[in-house]
Amino acid sequence: MSAQNASAERLARFAVSPARRRRDRLARGGILAGTALALIPLVLIVYYLLSKGLGAWSPSFFTTDPTGNTFFGTSSIGGIKSAILGTVEIVALASAIAIPLGIGVAIWLVEYGRNSWFARTVRFFVDVLTGVPSIVFGLFVYIVLIVGTGSTYAGYKGSIALSLLMLPVVIRSAEVILMLVPAALRESALALGAPRWRVIFSIVLPTALPGMITGVLLAVARAAGETAPLLFTAAATLKTNFDLGGFMNSLPVQIYKDVTSPTPAVVTRAWGAALTLVAMILLLNLIARLIARRSRLA
Amino acid sequence: MTPDGRTPEVTDVDPESSPELDRPEHSPSDPSPEHGLRRITGAATAAPPASSNANVEAKPGLTVRLEQLRAFYGNAEQVKGVDLEFRANEVTAIIGPSGCGKSTLVRCINRMHEEIPGARAEGRVLLEDLDVYDPSVDVVAVRRAVGMVFQKPNPFPTMSIFDNVAAGPRLSSGRRRDLHAKVEAALRSAGLWDEVAGRLDEPGAGLSGGQQQRLCIARSLAVDPEVILMDEPCSALDPIATLKIEELIDELKQRVTIVIVTHNMQQAARVADRTAFMLSGELVEVGPTEEIFTKPSDSRTEEYVTGKFG
Repeated sequence: MSAQNASAERLARFAVSPARRRRDRLARGGILAGTALALIPLVLIVYYLLSKGLGAWSPSFFTTDPTGNTFFGTSSIGGIKSAILGTVEIVALASAIAIPLGIGVAIWLVEYGRNSWFARTVRFFVDVLTGVPSIVFGLFVYIVLIVGTGSTYAGYKGSIALSLLMLPVVIRSAEVILMLVPAALRESALALGAPRWRVIFSIVLPTALPGMITGVLLAVARAAGETAPLLFTAAATLKTNFDLGGFMNSLPVQIYKDVTSPTPAVVTRAWGAALTLVAMILLLNLIARLIARRSRLA
Repeated sequence: MTPDGRTPEVTDVDPESSPELDRPEHSPSDPSPEHGLRRITGAATAAPPASSNANVEAKPGLTVRLEQLRAFYGNAEQVKGVDLEFRANEVTAIIGPSGCGKSTLVRCINRMHEEIPGARAEGRVLLEDLDVYDPSVDVVAVRRAVGMVFQKPNPFPTMSIFDNVAAGPRLSSGRRRDLHAKVEAALRSAGLWDEVAGRLDEPGAGLSGGQQQRLCIARSLAVDPEVILMDEPCSALDPIATLKIEELIDELKQRVTIVIVTHNMQQAARVADRTAFMLSGELVEVGPTEEIFTKPSDSRTEEYVTGKFG
């Protein structure tokens, strides 16, 4: 009898108390509710984009330029071809500038600058740059390249504004990923008698590649959706233009102009353009992930 | 046979040379050490090796001598003026409690110590008669002559087994001829060839821990080092894998000088010709392994090897 009591006492000591159980449920419930709350706007955005934008999609939507004529019904307002191509061109050039430059800076910070005063200064200014509103980059390029040179809007000037915007994002994300590459890998490569630059190109960068792609995509996606830096650098135009030296249309600017229109058909075109922009970024994301997976052995 | 058609047969490995690999014969008057030194100072970079075949290019190890070696992390002195000789083609074990400076000491030999921010070394590290800290010495060449195996097996995660072993010759630019023969020879020397010959294209990280460590040894052998530093190479391995590495060390000393840092005194007793005991950054005693373990001259050594402290 007393032995049984003793064992029951032992069990009671290790049993989960009701209060503990309650607190656990409460905490779990709270976290779940928070997650659901965060998902609500996301789901709503996707829902509205699909419900309002899909209606605007049609083959001619993607193959015709906007006509500028907004008074005579849906058929005559035209599509968003020039905006899609403009966005692709402007963002491609911006990426070509910002990605190599940004990764280069990140490599210097991690592999060479480390904790020197100059590296710390660079990090500080990169952080400041991250917080600069996008319109300021647009203004900067406007003042330097348009007012300063006495010339006019051009697609490449929009690219420069966007690349300035992308640069800090690329640098910071690449730096974080490069620091995650185990020091042991660098050491063993150095111990094999490899010069530092070869260690960086053959060991560090391939190891960091999948992670860096994510950061770079984040920057590209952010740049692709920016309106403000393009408004007074690349301007807006109706016609498709392959010359980055001329005026160039882009999806965000087109959306910006369309939503303010009093014509319902034109507002619908803005929704269609927005859905297109999101779909393009999603597609880019998928492609990059596929490439990253294929290039990774381990 | 490998999936990509690399077969042992197509390589130009002399079938007779493989057995020789493990037990090369070299006369005492073999001038090869000089050859190794010229490689470091760059005086003879144009002269190709006597034999281009990695397999028969078995040269004796170099003698490493430390003279008043001091190593610092910032202002903290971790190695406090050590004089020590690692004899050519011998295995020297360094034992001592954690934090006594064993690892720091060996990392000074191939100048890996200075890779840590704020770390520096004073004194001399002589490969034969060449001071590796001389300003004219190319650090990259030092590391080709003095290979290193780390505590944790660390094959390059993005590379296949073949590429891991080929990494040394490839990364250290030039000397890319007979790459496949070199890789095979290195894998054979590391006792790994039979286990991986059919899957050289698989990722190196997919091997077991013991195999990974032998892969790392093969990787360091592929650049034909004259000295190999091993920093607790078996501490992450099980006893069977450890035994294999120890057997390997015994074979490798025929052609390289080996310095092994170990926490495991039995291991030191099994593999080392000579053993050095370190304490608080100072060398307490060095001598033939048997002597250190049976009749050490310093009482601190005796206390340590009999397990009274540390």
